[in-house]
Amino acid sequence: MEEIILLSHGNGGESTRRLIEEEILKYFGNDILNQLLDSAIFDIKGRLAFTTDSFVVSPIFFNGGDIGKLSIYGTINDLSVMGAKPLYLSVGLIVEEGLSFEEFRKILLSMKAASEECGIKIITGDTKVVERGKGDKIFINTSGIGIIETSLDWRGRGIEQGDIVIINGGIGEHGLCIMIQRLGIKVGEEVKSDLAPLNSLVLPLLKISNNIKFMRDPTRGGVAGVLNEIAQKYSVEIEIEEEKIPIKPWVRSASEILGIDPLYSANEGKVIIIASRKDEDKIMSFLKNHPLGKDAEIIGEIKGKGNRVYLKTKLGTRRILDPLKRDLLPRIC
Amino acid sequence: MNTEELVKNIIKISKKEINIMEFCGTHTHEMFRYGIRQLLPSNIHLHSGPGCPVCVTSEEDIDYIIYLAENYDLGIITFGDLINVPGSNRNLNILRAKGKEVKVIYSPLEALSIARQNSHKKYLLIGIGFETTAPNLAYTLIKAKEENIKNLYFLSLHKLTPPAMKAILDMGEIKLHGIIGPGHVSTIIGRRGWKDIFDKYQVPFVITGFKPEEILYGIYQLIKIIEEEKPALINAYGKSVKEEGNIKAQEIMYKVFKIGPANWRGLGIIENSGLLLREEFEEFDIRKIYSVKVESKKNDLCKCGEVLRGIIKPTECPLYKKVCTPENPKGPCMVSAEGTCSAYYLYGGE
Repeated sequence: MEEIILLSHGNGGESTRRLIEEEILKYFGNDILNQLLDSAIFDIKGRLAFTTDSFVVSPIFFNGGDIGKLSIYGTINDLSVMGAKPLYLSVGLIVEEGLSFEEFRKILLSMKAASEECGIKIITGDTKVVERGKGDKIFINTSGIGIIETSLDWRGRGIEQGDIVIINGGIGEHGLCIMIQRLGIKVGEEVKSDLAPLNSLVLPLLKISNNIKFMRDPTRGGVAGVLNEIAQKYSVEIEIEEEKIPIKPWVRSASEILGIDPLYSANEGKVIIIASRKDEDKIMSFLKNHPLGKDAEIIGEIKGKGNRVYLKTKLGTRRILDPLKRDLLPRIC
Repeated sequence: MNTEELVKNIIKISKKEINIMEFCGTHTHEMFRYGIRQLLPSNIHLHSGPGCPVCVTSEEDIDYIIYLAENYDLGIITFGDLINVPGSNRNLNILRAKGKEVKVIYSPLEALSIARQNSHKKYLLIGIGFETTAPNLAYTLIKAKEENIKNLYFLSLHKLTPPAMKAILDMGEIKLHGIIGPGHVSTIIGRRGWKDIFDKYQVPFVITGFKPEEILYGIYQLIKIIEEEKPALINAYGKSVKEEGNIKAQEIMYKVFKIGPANWRGLGIIENSGLLLREEFEEFDIRKIYSVKVESKKNDLCKCGEVLRGIIKPTECPLYKKVCTPENPKGPCMVSAEGTCSAYYLYGGE
């Protein structure tokens, strides 16, 4: 008989116990989680970062990843761009009845692999099952704790005219990949999400340069969204150059067909870095030698005081790059 | 010529104070996206036309759809932006949030699988767009007939572009010296699709592509014939547009549709500007099944109509940017990504 998740797996009784002990602990088990206490108990000394994110992506399996991997990397990335080394995660699973155990296990396995790759432990969690039609296969919430190892509070510190804006590679890949797959368009294997954990890229970078002033992963709202946040929060004018922005050929074609500007499309393995120009060589050579930064480019610079973002087009004209003002597509992450 | 040379040449030959209209919303959008307006000399005045299918959808048609959805237990199937277009006081998005079934599709054939998979339920597919999309919807209805699908109805909001262009020229609200012809529409109707209009009005007309160099090339050709006072109908998008257009697509389109009146926001009812279902496809025609007349109320402050006719710029509308934004659009020109108000808003048009 085909094994599927039933409402009884969430009723708190024997089925729930078996689901947790025989499935979830099998994948996520570690010294802290295995105690199955009401709260995880652990020691950390230092300045901490704490974040949470929920994942509702549809489809749950997509080219380049799945909802499980995304739920781990997403939280890892939110910690990493704050300069925090990820340590512990919580995982909340909301499963719609009828999900096959085959898919459920595939997701757990993918989460296990992702957390091991990033050297973090899942130390507490929760599983609920909702009636058919009240969810969509599976929703995942993860929260993460990381430790900040750099002593200085570098974020936003003195962003000024002449600072450079860097991105570690091609933009818009996650959002457009999900959109294409939702449409059921048959595509080649080059079409995939950029989903990746950024900790191995950004944490060492903070150690080699003291002149990094800001980092953020441009997920929903894309590169245009993050740049506008920076412009407004730190009262600066930013100009980026269209021709310097790395965009893979498939992203370009997909964006033309779907009418979606890659600058507004979500990324899941990219980081925008604002840094002083004097460390340009140091930062770029580190990025270029890292697998997640080999296509890194300096895409623009801080022009001075202001609150807007401008795009210099390939014709040499300049126009406003507004933050996202309309719905692109729900449930991309 | 590369883009730089094109710009130089346009500046060199352009002497007269002229009004030109880009009919098509994609041109409006792309011209803003690449900042092309900034490159043109100040004696060339660009006016955006009614070439955005979502923008020209009338209040009455939206109200009719809402009425049907609320009173006849019909699931609505349609394309992206239409769900945000305001009728008299509501849009389809609000209907969806309140629990009515409103499905957004990307390919019309999806409608067939929705209808097949939910055979107990009735659906209304709303076809919208100009000559570019009508053949696809026509093909979908041919398939639906072949497959004998009984729970899918159809509302045609399809419109034809030459009659709208003609209406604008007839109104004569602005003196147009030249027209940037729509590239996508022309791939279907061909250069010859514009011949009657050109012959009658003798306004210089250049069918233009959408890449920045193609747009500049089209504008260059247009300025050239205006300055030389040699009106012509030029196809500057030859790689995609043939003299006769796409015959196959036209055949499919007219197998299913016949020409009739259509209600354009801002322009009103224009005879012979819409595509209605032929008798052979009447079984799908929602207007034949539920022919109710819905009372509509226009928002007098919204100046979409004037914007669509090219008489005012979005910045001259009292609602623009103050209460009408892409997040909360009051008129359809702010809804669609191709809408003139949305292009002004997003790209900082002054």
